[in-house]
Amino acid sequence: MTEYRVKGRGRVNTGKPVKFTFDDRTYQGFEGDTVASALLANGVHLMGRSFKYHRPRGVVTASSEEPNALVGTTRGGKGRFEPNTRATMQEIYPGLKTESQNKWPSLKFDVGAINDRLYMLFSAGFYYKTFMWPRSFWDSVYEPFIRKAAGLGKAPTEVDPDIYASRYLHCDVLVVGSGPAGIAAALTAGRAGSKVVLVDENSEMGGTLLSEPSVSIDGQPAWDWLESAFAELDRMPNVSRMTRTTAIGYYHQNMIGLVQKLTDHMADVPEGAPRERMWRVRAKEVVLAQGAIERPMVFHGNDTPGIMMSGAAQTFLNRFGVLVGKAPVMLTSHDSAWYSAFDMADAGAKVVAIVDTREDVAQALKDEAQARGIKTYLSYTATGTKGRLRVKALRVNPVRDGKVGAAHMLFCDAVLVCGGWTPSLHLFSHTKGSLHWDEEAKVYLPGRKTEDVHIAGAGRGLWGVATALEDGSKAGADAVKSLGGKAGPATYEVADDRTGTGITQKELPTDRSPGKAKAFVDFQNDVTAKDIRLAVREGMKSIEHVKRYTTNGMATDQGKLSNMNGLTIASDALGKEAPQVGLTTFRPPYTPTTFGAFAGYHKGTHFEVTRKTPIDSWAEENGAEFEPVALWRRAWYFPKAGEDMHKAVARECKATRESLGIFDASTLGKIEVSGPDATEFMNRMYTNPWTKLGVGRARYGLLLGEDGFIRDDGVIGRMRDDLFHVTTTTGGAPRVLNMMEDYLQTEWPELKVWLTSTTEEWATIALNGPNARKLLEPFVEGADISADAFPHMSVVECTVAGFPSRLFRISFTGELGFEINVPARHGKALWEKLWEAGQQYDICPYGTETMHVLRAEKGFIIVGQDTDGTVTPHDAGIGWAIGKMKPDFVGKRSLARPDIVAPGRKQLVGLLTEDPKTVLTEGAQIVDDPKQAKPMKMIGHVTSSYWSEALGRSIAMAVVEGGFDRMDQTLHVPDESGNPIPAKVTGTVFYDPAGDRLKVE
Amino acid sequence: MLLIHCPYCDDTLPELEFAYAGEAHIARPADPSKLSDEEWRDFLFIRTNVKGVHAERWRHIHGCGRFFNALRDTVSDRFLTTYKAGEARPDVQTLEAAE
Repeated sequence: MTEYRVKGRGRVNTGKPVKFTFDDRTYQGFEGDTVASALLANGVHLMGRSFKYHRPRGVVTASSEEPNALVGTTRGGKGRFEPNTRATMQEIYPGLKTESQNKWPSLKFDVGAINDRLYMLFSAGFYYKTFMWPRSFWDSVYEPFIRKAAGLGKAPTEVDPDIYASRYLHCDVLVVGSGPAGIAAALTAGRAGSKVVLVDENSEMGGTLLSEPSVSIDGQPAWDWLESAFAELDRMPNVSRMTRTTAIGYYHQNMIGLVQKLTDHMADVPEGAPRERMWRVRAKEVVLAQGAIERPMVFHGNDTPGIMMSGAAQTFLNRFGVLVGKAPVMLTSHDSAWYSAFDMADAGAKVVAIVDTREDVAQALKDEAQARGIKTYLSYTATGTKGRLRVKALRVNPVRDGKVGAAHMLFCDAVLVCGGWTPSLHLFSHTKGSLHWDEEAKVYLPGRKTEDVHIAGAGRGLWGVATALEDGSKAGADAVKSLGGKAGPATYEVADDRTGTGITQKELPTDRSPGKAKAFVDFQNDVTAKDIRLAVREGMKSIEHVKRYTTNGMATDQGKLSNMNGLTIASDALGKEAPQVGLTTFRPPYTPTTFGAFAGYHKGTHFEVTRKTPIDSWAEENGAEFEPVALWRRAWYFPKAGEDMHKAVARECKATRESLGIFDASTLGKIEVSGPDATEFMNRMYTNPWTKLGVGRARYGLLLGEDGFIRDDGVIGRMRDDLFHVTTTTGGAPRVLNMMEDYLQTEWPELKVWLTSTTEEWATIALNGPNARKLLEPFVEGADISADAFPHMSVVECTVAGFPSRLFRISFTGELGFEINVPARHGKALWEKLWEAGQQYDICPYGTETMHVLRAEKGFIIVGQDTDGTVTPHDAGIGWAIGKMKPDFVGKRSLARPDIVAPGRKQLVGLLTEDPKTVLTEGAQIVDDPKQAKPMKMIGHVTSSYWSEALGRSIAMAVVEGGFDRMDQTLHVPDESGNPIPAKVTGTVFYDPAGDRLKVE
Repeated sequence: MLLIHCPYCDDTLPELEFAYAGEAHIARPADPSKLSDEEWRDFLFIRTNVKGVHAERWRHIHGCGRFFNALRDTVSDRFLTTYKAGEARPDVQTLEAAE
């Protein structure tokens, strides 16, 4: 037993000692301890340094709202480090390693504490005031400084190897919080047969009752009653309980996010066990029984280690068997601290005094204090402390008629504070339920509800175990009734209940200059009462502005301790009532949550699907490099030994232009447009005319948005009078189908047309090059594909190598080209047959990069690369694709809008660098005169740029203001180091402008 | 995550199955060429952007694929009702009276 452990108290397993380390020193606690309780049992209060001033800080709470005792934990192995873990929530296990944060070289001697001496420099808004000028200092001085100073713990640098699970859950009643109110709600709803889930963020359930063992319920001591209540709940098959489970957010229609910690308390984690599990719960009814959070008191030196919440001290004593001090002083404005004092005295502490700011308290309390020999000081204030690494004394003064009298010192080893209790309504606030200001209690209580939710117990300002049980049971019954069931609230006989009252207030009055007081409101962000008053003086009138200017409530605890004190002080400074000053918004998550829990299974290869074509495995076996295109992975190029991308692409281009290339085009989007009105539908959707396109012919189709800008393109074949085979860009297929469905369903429901996505039905193989027909012809049955019978832009149904096929003669390379569509399951077999037979022509597989170069040499655009959603057909130089005689099509009216017909639009042109060896950078901006003053006028940008092996020089396309009127002008494009490269404006067709290469007999 | 009632499937299903599709009841003019530039601009770009009850389109994209309309309160995110494409916008007061 350590010095501060009290025999016979607490729920920790004293038969099982547990060794762990804090800052490399080994400490002993017991099974059931948290890091905080175990350190306190060893007399350690100093657990961290504050964020801004590096002031020494001790633990102040026993629960999840802890602002100070944040530690780094190492849970074994690479990547398993977590910063900012609350020492009050982390359970100890053998071998656990923890470390303090925000200190150097050591927790007891921290060089950064110089900031504390310089505090005048770091007042509210100091970032805004200090880092204003000179502007050039931002990058070099201020930002690195702020980055270095920001944050408490250090972020892990390695990949987290742990597994995070996620699940859905549906239930009738979700009860959040397992104190007396939550347990009573679960019992009542469970007994009525509802499917109930009871959750609590702590390692064991019971809430307040774990810290109040002296109460008895229905004749049983509190802890025995808990055992029987849990046993009853566990016997009900319709009830489940989850501990270490935090309700992090309350979303629409009663969806609650829960994060369950599964292994962070284990020394030996089972292989493959998930660390955390995110539950997405859809509950028909929700009961929030989250209790209340004790409010600190604001006075000079209130952050000295050894000062903590009185309720926390009571929890450390009764739940963990730890006295946080042997000679504590209580400082309070609420009865609850008196009970903490009595518990500590009864456990052997010499309670120095109870200092209460109120003028009087109940006689019974005074009697009990007297019976224990505890001095009481009523109508007193606290004005300072002694001690730096640990509190040694509290300076107190009487307050008479609003005047602060002479001070004296109360020597002590702990100061236990209670400034009242704030109902915990964070989750209720997530639902945008309104909060109602209770003038008397000076707290916000739940008002109008937006969800099917019931709030019970201290969460709505009620106090005492009997009241909580009664209210919880009523909430459970109300939930059952809302579900249409029947339930009567249970009644409980409670003895030795500790009811009480209290008040809350702004910072405590002082006899010293309030301007010099370091009276902390937000411990984690080092915000003082003075900072908040300064913010108000400097013009911040809304609490939202005060919050951002001072950072009050913006730390990882989201102001659970500080918001109400900050609001009270700000409203006092403004001379307004709190509700007129407003309340900042609580947002999910309730407590800091790991990224892993949110990501769940969606990481690595599970982040999103990878679509693969039927020919993908051949490409992989043949050494392809891949690139992602939308969700697809596509063969990018096929390097031979020793080749980089440029060499491989040059070789692939040359082989295709000189003999034969084979390309997997299966990712092309494909949509079947069929039905009696298919032609009319196509006429309305696409810019081109379709009526006269004969069966067996194909046409380049251009799709605009209603705004007149290019959305998609692709070759479209007419298979029958009532059937079009539409192809789209690889990435555009879902968008195009959605757009077609939209018009068909909502604008033209009278058209008899059916739309079917057939992208994955077909494997598509493109053959390009002078020898394409020679290779293909012997495989084709049922069609004559000679030059005359099967001209460019034709389509035919036939068999290729015995596979049923839709065969197109089209070209995206400028060479004689065919695209063979076969059912996807035959794609790889056909590819392999063509590959084998193609050896006589030195057939060359090529990837997307070569495809891009070959099409750019011909000036074929890629939608989304050479266009960007602001490019019209005319801008792109493909006005010929518009059916001039058609009365209407999607986007036609917009082509006559004033902005679209105005001069000076950006137009797609070719660019040839003066030095043919220089390849421009795609995306680079263009200027006409590089000598003009900065900032220069940018007149466009490079959209496509490649080395053309066929031309022996670089080529590029660009959108340039008034580009069509700039032919032969020299423009300038910076390289990556900013040097301007001169380039001449040309047309976009660089290779074979007459199209002779298509004419292969 | 919202739950949305598909009037075609007659089922209330998670938001993940649906895609938002902009304001409802903006019909494409029968002959756009008859519209002035200002009228066409308004059709293309001008939306009501209401704070309150908004008539909007949704598509049950990962379900039946149908477009339908909904009345949703943009302040509370609450759906008042959903109805099939082509049906008239329901009257809010009638709806609230029925609740």
